[in-house]
Amino acid sequence: MRIPVDTPVAVETSSPTTQYWFEVWRIFVGNHKARWGSIVVGIFILLALFGPLIVRQDPHTFTADVLQSPSGSHWFGTTNFGEDVFVQTVIGARLSVLMGLGIGLVTTIVSVLVGLTSGYFLGWVDEVLSLLTNVFLVLPTLPLAILLAAFLPNKGPLAIGFILTITGWSWGARVLRSQTLSLRSRDCVEASRASGESTWRIIFHEILPNQTAIVAAQFLGTVTYVILAETALEYLGLGDITATTWGNMLFSASTNSALLRGAWWWFLPPGLCIAILGAALTFVNFGVDEIANPRLRQ
Amino acid sequence: MRHLLRRIGFYVVALWASITINFLVPHLVPGDPAQVFMSRMRGHASPQMLHALEASLGVSHDPVWVQYLQYLSNLLHGNLGVSILYSFEPVTEVLGQDLPWTFVLVGMSLVISFIIGTTLGVIVVWRRGSFSDAFFTPFFAFISAIPYFWLALVLLYVLGAQLDWFPLHGGYDADNTSPGWNLDFILSAAQYAVLPALTIVIGSISGWMLGMRNAMIMTLSEDYVLMAEAKGLKQGRIMYMYAARNAILPNITAFALSLGFVVSGSLLTEIVFSYPGIGLATLQAVDSHDYALLQGAFLVISVAVLVANFLADSLYTLLDPRVRLGGN
Repeated sequence: MRIPVDTPVAVETSSPTTQYWFEVWRIFVGNHKARWGSIVVGIFILLALFGPLIVRQDPHTFTADVLQSPSGSHWFGTTNFGEDVFVQTVIGARLSVLMGLGIGLVTTIVSVLVGLTSGYFLGWVDEVLSLLTNVFLVLPTLPLAILLAAFLPNKGPLAIGFILTITGWSWGARVLRSQTLSLRSRDCVEASRASGESTWRIIFHEILPNQTAIVAAQFLGTVTYVILAETALEYLGLGDITATTWGNMLFSASTNSALLRGAWWWFLPPGLCIAILGAALTFVNFGVDEIANPRLRQ
Repeated sequence: MRHLLRRIGFYVVALWASITINFLVPHLVPGDPAQVFMSRMRGHASPQMLHALEASLGVSHDPVWVQYLQYLSNLLHGNLGVSILYSFEPVTEVLGQDLPWTFVLVGMSLVISFIIGTTLGVIVVWRRGSFSDAFFTPFFAFISAIPYFWLALVLLYVLGAQLDWFPLHGGYDADNTSPGWNLDFILSAAQYAVLPALTIVIGSISGWMLGMRNAMIMTLSEDYVLMAEAKGLKQGRIMYMYAARNAILPNITAFALSLGFVVSGSLLTEIVFSYPGIGLATLQAVDSHDYALLQGAFLVISVAVLVANFLADSLYTLLDPRVRLGGN
């Protein structure tokens, strides 16, 4: 990890921080899984950002080409209303991917705040927060999300984000708490406490930077969870059914019995996109794991 | 013993939390679901009928804390309200019929996938750097990212609709058999359970496998493993008697923690296969705004997951003397 500035090693020309990021870069490029994972995730993010600008077509135009299998004019075939599945998949990427990243970010921030607070302060603060974390950890997430979504009158992205944050923060909080516990007695932390640094400075400048890799791993895992859970809610018809997302595509494929009509091209693309994106995130996480845990390096 | 008591205390708190969430959620959102139903009935029913409906649906104008106490006392008496969808049958009875299906399906699939996944994790680490590691690790990472219900759809499409090997929906052949302890029914139920079980096994296996892999890698760098190697013990003995026995401990914790996740996936799997369990009941409750049934289903699922967690916890205490003797 980081090399403290006051050791003789610091004689080298580049600063410790640069060396650390160079090491991170080296692991990422050297690890096949992490490299390919990053490339695929990058492609999906580009698709989410620019896809709707390139495919300038309304995803819900009804045409006479009903339930066509994939062909030159309709790459992924059409639905039973003649909508183009390829256009829907590309446009659906925007909400599905960006919501996954956004909600994943908010959820990770909640995990970081709860985990660091409870691990650093200990005492009754820790007792209360740990209890809360553990309770949310054992409550089954999807049933809870379904319960909340069924009762919420408005089911826009904000409502879904709220639900998935409530159900998803606990795992990361628990991991970060135990990390903070082991870090808080380290020399660098003891030293800054002795020199009278403010508590928040210690937490965010001394402890948090030492957990960068673990926070990143949590973030990637949470994004996967959010995309899966978001799709599941939409598949049950509990999302915003007017939006074009991968989950809603699966919802309409199943309500229009695409399966019995043999329209495999209708439900295959959105699910495959989710699986590929999720796998890519997991691959990136292999690289992050190696950075966080030197014992996993080969 | 003290450890066990602490855990029991924790599960009591968790149970209370899930009950309270179940009570609070409908009260925090505007519009009482029972009143929504009532307003749909207005004009179709006489005032007396409306009054009777209010009573049976538990519509109340008391302060919230009085309602909360009533809710708790109803729960203690095993009263979860009545289901609108199932013509005012008590929710406990509706769920009582669904529960065995879910229990058998999810329970068996979980045990199968845990055993296969953990074994695979050991094998992959044993041959670290070889083809099986290079192939299985990314392969299972891919599998673990697939949504359960999509996997279910694909299996249903290929093995059910196209190849016609397995029935498309339901829990048993309702035309030729009737539920009971007879061979015909059990065989039919087993045949209908293959695809949903396969979905859950494939969907959850990678979690155990990847968890076991990481735990094994950590354990293999311990000194006692090096010592065992120095003594010239056989590889198999080192792997299973030295490393795997210790590496399985974190995997049991992971097993307990991911139960909720697997159960969530199983609910969706049931929905795809129209399997007559709690998951299908949940979907039907959502579709028909049957809030009492929905709340009942959530409560039953939470309690089941809590009990399963408690069992895994107790198993852990039994297996790891450090926890039993109160080190932590």
